[in-house]
This record gives sequence, C-alpha cells and structure tokens, in this order.
Amino acid sequence: MNKTIITVVGKDTIGIIARVCMYLAENKINILDISQTIVQDYFNMMMIVDMQACEKAFEEISNDLGEIGQELGVQIKCQREDIFNKMHRI
Amino acid sequence: MIHISEVIETNKMIEHENLDVRTITMGINLLDCADSRLDVLCDNIYRKITTLAKDLVKTGDDIAREYGVPIVNKRISITPISLVGGSACQTPEDYVQIAKTLDAAAAKVGINFLGGYSAIVSKGMSRSDELLIRSIPQALATTQFICSSINVGSTKTGINMDAVRLMGEIIKETAEATKDRDSLGCAKLVVLCNAPDDNPFMAGAFHGVSEADAIINVGVSGPGVVKYALEQIREADFETLCETIKKTAFKITRVGQLVAQEASRRLNIPFGIIDLSLAPTPAIGDSVADILKEIGLEHPGAPGTTAALALLNDQVKKGGVMASSYVGGLSGAFIPVSEDQGMIDAVECGALSIEKLEAMTCVCSVGLDMIAIPGDTAASTISGIIADEAAIGMINQKTTAVRIIPVVGKGVGEIVEFGGLLGYAPIMQVNGFDCSRFVSRKGRIPAPIHSFKN
Repeated sequence: MNKTIITVVGKDTIGIIARVCMYLAENKINILDISQTIVQDYFNMMMIVDMQACEKAFEEISNDLGEIGQELGVQIKCQREDIFNKMHRI
Repeated sequence: MIHISEVIETNKMIEHENLDVRTITMGINLLDCADSRLDVLCDNIYRKITTLAKDLVKTGDDIAREYGVPIVNKRISITPISLVGGSACQTPEDYVQIAKTLDAAAAKVGINFLGGYSAIVSKGMSRSDELLIRSIPQALATTQFICSSINVGSTKTGINMDAVRLMGEIIKETAEATKDRDSLGCAKLVVLCNAPDDNPFMAGAFHGVSEADAIINVGVSGPGVVKYALEQIREADFETLCETIKKTAFKITRVGQLVAQEASRRLNIPFGIIDLSLAPTPAIGDSVADILKEIGLEHPGAPGTTAALALLNDQVKKGGVMASSYVGGLSGAFIPVSEDQGMIDAVECGALSIEKLEAMTCVCSVGLDMIAIPGDTAASTISGIIADEAAIGMINQKTTAVRIIPVVGKGVGEIVEFGGLLGYAPIMQVNGFDCSRFVSRKGRIPAPIHSFKN
C-alpha cells in the first residue's frame, strides 16, 4: 500500500471528480476513500488513494494533477499520507 | 483513516500560517581531512563535503514536494574548523583559504549556508583557535555561504574573557570589512556560551566532536501556527493557553520528525535531533512577537514580556518533546530582532530595548540575536555585552549567544537592510557608559558553583 492524499480546493463546478477519477484510473491509482465539504464557500474534496500499482513517479502524477487543476480552475495537491498521520495521530 | 478536517487543518497551517521546516542541516565530521599541507587539506575538505552532501538539496526538495511542506533551507555544519586546520594554517590568511574552499563546496552542492567556521575557546585559546578568530573578518568578507561561531564560555569552564575581548574587536573588524554591504558579515558571526554540538540553526551551527561522522539534524518553525491557535482561544485562562501551545507545538514538531526521518533514510545518514524551535521570518504572520502580543502584551518589551516568553518557551518544549524521538540543538523560541516584523515594530515604537532583550534571553533560546547597533560602538562595549550574555548562559546552564551588528556609518534610528531571511532592523541604542577597564582585565571568569542556587 502506498497511500497518498489528493485534495481539491476551489469553486465547485461540473465534472471535477469525474476528471480527476478518470486520470487516476488511467494511471492505475486506486481510490480508497472520497469525502468532500464546503469551507467558507470553497469546495474541498479529499481522496485517499493507493499508488502501489502506478507506474509513473510521484512527481509526475503530482504535476499532472496540478495541471488538471489549473484547467478546471481549482487547486489540486498530492501529498503522501504520512504527514497527516504523523500530525494528527499519536 | 484520516478525516478531511484534519487534512484541511494541516494544509491551512502550511498555506496560510507559514508552517515550514526551517532547515535540514547535515553535520559532517572533517577531522579525517586534516593534513599539514594546506592544499591537500583543502582538497580533502572539498571532496568530503561535495561527496557526502551531493544529494542533500535534491532530497530536501523531493521531500518538500511529496509531503507538500516547504523546507526552506538546506545547510551543512562541519567540525569546528580550528580543530581541522591546526597543523596546516600558519597565518590567518591560510584559514581564509579554507573558508574559500568551504564556500566553493557549499556553492557546488547548492546549500544556503555552511556553519562551522568556528572555534571552541571556552577555557583557553590554542594558537590555531586564535589564528582562526583573527581570520574571521576577511573570511566573512570574501565568502557568501560561510557562517562563523565562537564559543567563549560554558557552565563547566567559566568565561574566557581574553576571547570575549578579542571577539569585541573581531566583530568591529568584520563590520568594517563588510561595510559596503551594511556590515552584513556580522550577521553571519555569533558568539556563544554553552554552544550545543548538534544545532542546525545558523549562524551557530557546527558539528561537534561528540558527533558521528555524518548526521541529519532538523529545525522546525511555525510561530504563525501558534499565533493562529491562540487567536481561537482569546481571553482563555492560563491552563487553556498552555495546553493550546503544547498541542500546536506537538503538531509542528511531528512534521519536523517526519521530514528528518525521511531525509535520514533517503540520504542513508543517521538522524540526529530535532531542534524544537519557533523560528520567525520577516514575513507577516511568521512572528514570535505576534504570539507575545496575542498572549496579551501591547508590544514585546512591555512589563510581563519575560513571563509570557518563559511560558511560551516552556510549553513549546513540553509539546515538542513528545513529538520527537531525539531533541537537541537550541530548542526554544527565537527572538531575533531583524528577522521578526513584530520585534522590529516594538523597537521602532520604543517598547523594546537591548536591556529588556537581555532579560528575555534568560528564559528562551538563544540570546541577543540580529541586533543592529551604531557603527561607532566601542569594541569594549560589544565585549561587555557578550560577557553579560555569556554570564547568563554560564550561571543558568543554558545556551546564550550574541549576534550583533555595529553598522558602519549608521546611527540610532536609522534602518539597515540585510535582505532575505535576515530581514531589516532599526539601529538600537546601546548603553554608552564605559566598561573598558572591566573588559581589559586578562584571564577568565571562573566556573560557577552549582549549589546554593539563588
């Protein structure tokens, strides 16, 4: 298991999840969990994904998702799960 | 499973509250580079640094990208160079040659700073130590990345007043040698008491002789995160205040621990310590002074400042200690003037004096830091300031330091701009009464007694 957190923040619009999921599927990245919420009028989505089977390097995936975010007018970030586990779990 | 609110909290700390890892510092032992031929010594040093640290910057950048947390600086600390250059250096100029080699190695590996152009003279100065100290003005004037530190005292040995006197003169000479850049050289020179062997922060970082061949030390930061957390509990009692600082410090430090372990694994170099620190930058919102204001002071310097800072420093340590497997370095809140907008404001409005800053250094890390003073301040006065700070460290068994910049050609109230993380500072008033008869006495102040604590 190689867990990564993908976050999408920005103005809600049609097809954000579809577009991101399509990219993940193409790159053999499995989605383990999706949740979303609205914070101060901003759409916040978080995906927990497993990149074990993905052939591309982390950097490439992160850059690609960043570009998809730009096209959609939202910010997409890709971070290894450890930083959240370390900070919020003892 | 991680909850979305936790992800949002972490990312808000990074994006809006200036949470970052201030530095990954690789400590490198250079003792095995020693040779009596200067050119061979320089070759050995250059080769060892550029080999061991060749992937340091890339690794730091990779980790920053993958975890989404900025790692602001990548640095190197080395064995105090007076221990390495002893048999090869016959003149201060020979030491400057080593400084230039170190600078070239730092440039080659792409780091921000290299610390360890240092000597430990807490009890006495060897010939090599003195040559190194006398080379500092020229070394700092002709290099870009080198930081220098001199340890002039300790709780175990007392204070070497001959070294204190010499450092007053050397700071003046360094200011003069770099006067075309507002005496910037002095911003890279610190005089310490009880210097730790594993400090990752500049200008005082060096790789002590108690350390292994190479080590990874990490300094965290995040005053903005603490300030934001305190904004949410305004007017709360002291228990809530302290608990909030502790919990926040824990979270900040855990990020440092993660980065340190990951850097250690990827570089195949052992993890040394995390420095539990609140290190400000000139960026708005990244200020230790702002935390003190949030605790309830109009400005740092107001009555209550020392108590508020003591509380803050202690809670940061209490929260941070549990977050990291090994803690060391300077560990505490830093109160540099030029690197903290809130401190600059406090000086400019007359709330904060050098004397109050001195009191504050009794309860936090590290000392009188990044303070600009008039260029015509006497060397003996600077030595007096150093002696006072060293005495606080010696008696209280803590690290203290002086990084003070007598800006050539400028007087009280004028502004000096250092740029980047070093920030800018208003020039502060120094007590003008003379201490030259005290400072000119030869010898050392004996080590203090460790009983009858009063």
